[in-house]
Amino acid sequence: MVRNDKEPIVKLRGVTKDFGKSEVLKTIDLDVYEGEFLTLLGPSGCGKTTTLRIIAGFENPSSGTVYLEQNDVTDIPPYHRNVNTVFQSYALFPHMNVFDNVSFGLVEKKVPKAEIKERVDKILDLVQLKNFGRRKPHQMSGGQKQRVAIARALVNNPKVLLLDEPLGALDLKLRKQMQIELKHLQQQLGITFIYVTHDQEEALTMSDRIAVMNNGVIEQIGTAQEIYEHPKTKFVASFIGESNIIEASVTKMDGDLIELTAENGVVHAHGSGFVQDEMIYISVRPENTKCSADSVENFRLRGLVSEHIYIGSIVKTVVTLPNGQRIRINQHPHADLPAVGSVANIYWDIDKAVIMHTAEDTLYDTIESALLNRPDLAVQGLHTQTES
Amino acid sequence: MAKSLANAKSRRNNQNNKVIAALVGPLSFWLVLFLALPLIYVVLISFMNKGTYGGIDWTFTLKNYIDLWNPSYGKVIWKSIALAFNTSLICLLISYPFSFILSWVQEKYRGFLILLIMLPFWINELIRLNGWSNILRDSGIINRFLLELGIIDSPITMMYTDGATLFGMVYAFFPFMVLPLNTSLSKLDVTLIEASYDLGASKLHTFFRVILPLTYPGIFAGTIQVFIPSLGAFYIADVMGGGNSTLLGNLIKDQFLTARNWPGGAAFSVILIIFTLIMMKLYSKVGDLDDLA
Repeated sequence: MVRNDKEPIVKLRGVTKDFGKSEVLKTIDLDVYEGEFLTLLGPSGCGKTTTLRIIAGFENPSSGTVYLEQNDVTDIPPYHRNVNTVFQSYALFPHMNVFDNVSFGLVEKKVPKAEIKERVDKILDLVQLKNFGRRKPHQMSGGQKQRVAIARALVNNPKVLLLDEPLGALDLKLRKQMQIELKHLQQQLGITFIYVTHDQEEALTMSDRIAVMNNGVIEQIGTAQEIYEHPKTKFVASFIGESNIIEASVTKMDGDLIELTAENGVVHAHGSGFVQDEMIYISVRPENTKCSADSVENFRLRGLVSEHIYIGSIVKTVVTLPNGQRIRINQHPHADLPAVGSVANIYWDIDKAVIMHTAEDTLYDTIESALLNRPDLAVQGLHTQTES
Repeated sequence: MAKSLANAKSRRNNQNNKVIAALVGPLSFWLVLFLALPLIYVVLISFMNKGTYGGIDWTFTLKNYIDLWNPSYGKVIWKSIALAFNTSLICLLISYPFSFILSWVQEKYRGFLILLIMLPFWINELIRLNGWSNILRDSGIINRFLLELGIIDSPITMMYTDGATLFGMVYAFFPFMVLPLNTSLSKLDVTLIEASYDLGASKLHTFFRVILPLTYPGIFAGTIQVFIPSLGAFYIADVMGGGNSTLLGNLIKDQFLTARNWPGGAAFSVILIIFTLIMMKLYSKVGDLDDLA
């Protein structure tokens, strides 16, 4: 999917940004390759939009260098950069009709009139707004304005298209439709897209690669599958999809097999590069977690079956550990489920668990542990996460 | 059933009408008494003859309007329009950069800066204009200062010129330009400017292609709000221009007070009112433009 043999088209090296006292970006290194769809994903305030604005040239980094096509553009103003932006608020010029909006950049480049007409018509056709040239932005729906904003950027044949939560203001159905359209458009045109979103599902749907950001750093960068299946940090594991994260320490190492002791039990995992007594996180997806009334080899982790929620394709089971942590389990409806109120053994396919070194204590950890002490809040937190 | 419903409805309508009458009544009464009636009176007497001793002879005539075609009046009207135009233009040229800077200033300081502009206007305008006369006249502060320093040998004549009138007008009316411009500029969405940069427009091009067109409503509103009072402001020409700048406003004042020709003054007033209405119409057209922005 990504050809690393090429030189990156966008390269950030040691980019930091602070606004007065608040440090928004702490050392961002990022390579974006030609023709790829890269998403900057993270919660609000993680620095993803700032990163995008630095690439566009709207913000100057406090330190570090920005390269576009191998050229240092750190001090080049936005109007001399060969990138275009699609803004969250569309930012269409209200005093111009669609044609004038879309041709704005071409007029600046002094493209001949006939060619402007041809190119604008072609791009409006591409975004399915063929006969809308005369319309003013205020006469259009949100989805149509969005298409105009995309056409206005794409008509300039930018090397890189920057998109700042472009679908954020659209309703869910339209957003899903536009996700697919944008992805097709990107594949068709072969233009590099850098896409900012806080919606993990959107990121998974559209991206070639995802850079997960938190607190001004890129926590992990990789394909959707890499990030989902092999999260490198606790934040990534819990931000992308659902995860059961259990804190444990390495108590025994026997070649590839390590014994991990958590507050409520002992489990085993495969892994290397750990040291004796190291604190680690075990992350297991609910769909890989299982429970059974019988004991399972390598696992000694027991909890009380608290509830079964049948949602059609799966049953969501919650097993509460003695310390109050709620382990979420997604199982096939016809699986043999232990009854609510019974004690069950929790286990998983030993290769499906991800063992992560504990990072420095982040704000997220603090919130997470606070939530664990308040299971009522934790359940709400889960719901909002799955709905988004 | 249906009948009683209809009755209830009409009763409710009656009650509503009473409420509306109670709310609108006093205002309408006030408007009729103090606005409509005087206006009708002005229009009416502009078609009457002048009485021998300054009163009104209630006989119909078009004489007052025919008299307006006197070339010397035409010159005054033309001069007034030119002066009002110049006043608006200078106010615009001063206020636009000022408002532009104002819109970049942090919100908490913006109010203070606007207050600084408005502060002098809490003092009566005539007093302020006389203050300027003290500063600008031949024996005024500026001339004395320059004479003391030996920069000039004889005082520079600044007062009682058309230039002084223009200066007074600009001074008196420029807040009416700053306020609408400030509204227009602070409403301007910063992302539109970023979008313009993003599409390759330099700062200069961004100004002419995006910022300026989006502030047209403010420019029109400000221009009209300066232009209209400039046409009628006789006291500024009196204080600053001495007897040397006679404007439409002075003409009306003189007709009423000096020549005691009320019908003649009324005819001039009607012309001024018609002119103002045309400007208001233009303004409301531009108001539609405001909705788009």
